[in-house]
Amino acid sequence: MLAIFYIIILMKVLSHYRVIDHTADLGIEVFGQDPVSLFENAAEALFDLITDLNRIEPAESRTVLVCGQDWADLMVNWLRELLYMWSAEEKLLGEARLKKLEENRLSATLYLESYTPEKHVIKTEIKAVTYHQIRVWPSSSGWKAQIIFDT
Amino acid sequence: MTTANIEKIDDYCWKIPKTGAMRVPGVIYASSSLLEAIKGEESLKQVMNVASLPGIVFASLAMPDIHWGYGFPIGGVAAFDLETGIISPGGVGYDINCGCRLMTTALCEDDVKNRLEELVVALFQNIPTGVGSTGRLKLSIKEEKRVLLEGAKWAVRQGYGEDSDIEHTEDSGCMTGADPDVVSEKALERGRKQLGTLGSGNHFLEVGVVDEIFDQKVADVFGLRKDQVTVLLHSGSRGFGYQVCDDSLVAMSRQVKNLGLELPDRQLACAMIKSPEGERYYSAMICAANYAWANRQMLTHWTRETFQRVLGIGPRDLKMELLYDVCHNIAKKEKHVVDGKTKWVCVHRKGATRAFPAGHEAVPRVYRSVGQPILIPGDMGTASYVLVGTEIAMTKTFGSTCHGAGRVMSRSQAKKASKGRSVQRELLEKGIIVRWTGRSTLAEEIPEAYKDVSEVVEVVHEAGISKKVAKVRPIGVIKG
Repeated sequence: MLAIFYIIILMKVLSHYRVIDHTADLGIEVFGQDPVSLFENAAEALFDLITDLNRIEPAESRTVLVCGQDWADLMVNWLRELLYMWSAEEKLLGEARLKKLEENRLSATLYLESYTPEKHVIKTEIKAVTYHQIRVWPSSSGWKAQIIFDT
Repeated sequence: MTTANIEKIDDYCWKIPKTGAMRVPGVIYASSSLLEAIKGEESLKQVMNVASLPGIVFASLAMPDIHWGYGFPIGGVAAFDLETGIISPGGVGYDINCGCRLMTTALCEDDVKNRLEELVVALFQNIPTGVGSTGRLKLSIKEEKRVLLEGAKWAVRQGYGEDSDIEHTEDSGCMTGADPDVVSEKALERGRKQLGTLGSGNHFLEVGVVDEIFDQKVADVFGLRKDQVTVLLHSGSRGFGYQVCDDSLVAMSRQVKNLGLELPDRQLACAMIKSPEGERYYSAMICAANYAWANRQMLTHWTRETFQRVLGIGPRDLKMELLYDVCHNIAKKEKHVVDGKTKWVCVHRKGATRAFPAGHEAVPRVYRSVGQPILIPGDMGTASYVLVGTEIAMTKTFGSTCHGAGRVMSRSQAKKASKGRSVQRELLEKGIIVRWTGRSTLAEEIPEAYKDVSEVVEVVHEAGISKKVAKVRPIGVIKG
């Protein structure tokens, strides 16, 4: 029963993004029905690459405000903010809920858990969210974003 | 894929003539087989993009280990006029002053052979490695700012090493012009905990043996001899440098429109060298460069301690001396001859090493008769090289050469290629003991994931932009 539950979660996660393979680095293409789900799914994708999401049990929450010049800039700044929580504060993101989203700003509630080596696994070290080939665009089936990480 | 029009200059040098928005031509150092591999990537397009940036002089250069990077290619060299040119964080890279240092010892392979495993395990225990690893000391912000101002000199003053280490470090381990007040709180916070850590990915510490000497005269001056045990260290400015780069990219991308520039890639974000934004980045970048030198200096100290303890010998018998420390991700204001005139330029080396010739004032006195030592790490299964700088590099590449092997496989391709194999055992069969932290580090860093370092080195040697001195074979490796 538990296994089926995990598979469902895994499918949910996988359906939101795909990995683009590149020589030196790691890129993803993220999908969302609308901008809100696109930004939430991008956050989830980032932490799905970093860790095993199933092992995160959020124990704290906080609100963040992020600004950008346009959708693409906002996306990079949003993921940078989340990555900072991990790389500087050792907090893993369980869930992100957007409260407000415009093309040049967003506010969101983050549900976090402090990293515990005995409990969590680190799959990939993502060192930075780059501007390289960044794209956020509406498509016929919803919204899409392409993001390249430095690993 | 690149559709660039490429003209052959000679067997090791190729030119992309000026077209479209390019202000200068592109020049690529490569053998014909390396060039074929490079053509399959986007990196030649990136060489052309860099050639279109304001104030670039002479050419947009590429070393034979060039590969795709963000904005600027890795293995790229570009110099900009101080008055009319730009400075770009993407032309330096995230890991500011990522670099290498090589230590020589009085030991030969037989002295360590039977204790090698013990030695590698002890190094692995004493040197913090891995993702987000934190150091043995947690600095106050005030003390961290001293590190940013003083670099390796701070570390030596704290007891991590000797004065001769400073003399044998590029820029004496401390660039002038650091301003800690322009660094963000985020960068300070990340840096505070990570000083004195190796890091992860392609960073390593390698115990090696001098396998071959190509130039006896220069090797004698460098203090290298066949069968000698050496230690090669590859690390950078950790999370601190990443945050400085990130913060500067954000700031520059906001004001790049004011320059009236249409950038083909946002990661090329830049500012005029002589602008508040440009000056702020340069000062912050120097802080990160100094941080990296302090970091490598501390790791050096712990390496010495570990060797002495495991082998039960004193510092005089070990004689672990720093041969040299080079950085390969940096922007520097240097004097060069451009179109027959001596002028100051800002040289960006992203995955490229400085290669100054004999007689240059920046070369440490002890090496000045032969030229600056250059350290080229290979992958963990093959070899690393010691080269020396040349006059040809000064006239053709702003005194620059290659920096390493360069990846040919993505990390996930490497993981697939190593599935079902024991990389550790394969290395052991080659006589290399390895210890690592990250669960996929070893799979991602398999030797075949990299270009053949010997082929890369052959190109720079034949092109004359540096000369081979010695080859070092790894026997023990620790990785993050």
